[in-house]
Amino acid sequence: MKYVFQFGVILAITFIAEMFYRYLPLPVPASIYGLVIMLFLLVTGIIRLDWVKESARYLILIMPLMFIPAGAKLVTMGDMILPVLFPVLITVFVTTIIVMVISGRVTQFIIKKESKNDK
Amino acid sequence: MINNILENSAYWGIAVSVVGYGIGVILNKKLKTGIANPLLISIVFVIAVLLVFNIDYEKYRESSEILSWLLTPATVCLAVPLYEQIHLLKKNYKAVMGGIISGVFASLISVALFCLMFGLDKGIEISLLPKSITTAIGMSLADELGGIDTLAAAAIIVTGIVGNVMCRGVCKIFKITEPVAVGIAIGTSSHAVGTSKAFEIGEVEGAMSSLSIAVAGIITVAAIQIFA
Repeated sequence: MKYVFQFGVILAITFIAEMFYRYLPLPVPASIYGLVIMLFLLVTGIIRLDWVKESARYLILIMPLMFIPAGAKLVTMGDMILPVLFPVLITVFVTTIIVMVISGRVTQFIIKKESKNDK
Repeated sequence: MINNILENSAYWGIAVSVVGYGIGVILNKKLKTGIANPLLISIVFVIAVLLVFNIDYEKYRESSEILSWLLTPATVCLAVPLYEQIHLLKKNYKAVMGGIISGVFASLISVALFCLMFGLDKGIEISLLPKSITTAIGMSLADELGGIDTLAAAAIIVTGIVGNVMCRGVCKIFKITEPVAVGIAIGTSSHAVGTSKAFEIGEVEGAMSSLSIAVAGIITVAAIQIFA
């Protein structure tokens, strides 16, 4: 019963998120509205963590499975992907390193500056 | 023959996906390398099955529809680990938010510049822009903005693998040593796939990295509107 209730809460929030998506003219996916609504409800204490916890954990655990259909669609996209494969791979590789270095260095810089100010 | 049996079954698509993912998890444990990513292996497995038995992709998609259907509620649930870690955010919020926001902009600007440099068209650019955030958010974001969700998913998975494999070396070369900074660097650049490596490096690194997944995702949704 617990899981039925938890899944019901999650689906209810997903439904509200869908309504936001339908009636707000923003290019934001329904799932993001849902994520923010869920976070808001938890932080304000309107819903308790144990109303959703185990089912949420389970859905997140099996989430990689949900990307397989989209990934397997690559099989239909050879003509489109192959000509740009090399530039796309270079872009993905280099930009990942750039993001890692910048976010890490900025975080470290602010931490060091703050601990200096404390002294 | 097999083609026929499969076409008359409503569940084979899910079964093939789960088997592929299972193989991926086992190989990942055996080989102990980020390149043997379970999701990548399962996608290769499904594609191999479709090609070997000459099955139409549409047939597979129909019988694995429930997997895609579950994605929206599962993404909503990302709020739960974020809520559980929010105390970490409050503790170092300037450093954490500063790091993640600069990472998000570094990602969007560098991807846009590379696409310009290589002359890639807008649809591909939009699909690559959310490449550093979690697949759940990035894929639907690319779709929403007129990109190609499959290309976005592929770029996101490859990004995760690059981050997972390269993070130790990159942090060493660029002298990112503070555990909070290492975690933010990994989570902001390579989402959940990188985060699994961050947990191997340390508890704080892992926790900060997983916090970055949802935060970077939400910030990207807002910031990408300038670029798309």
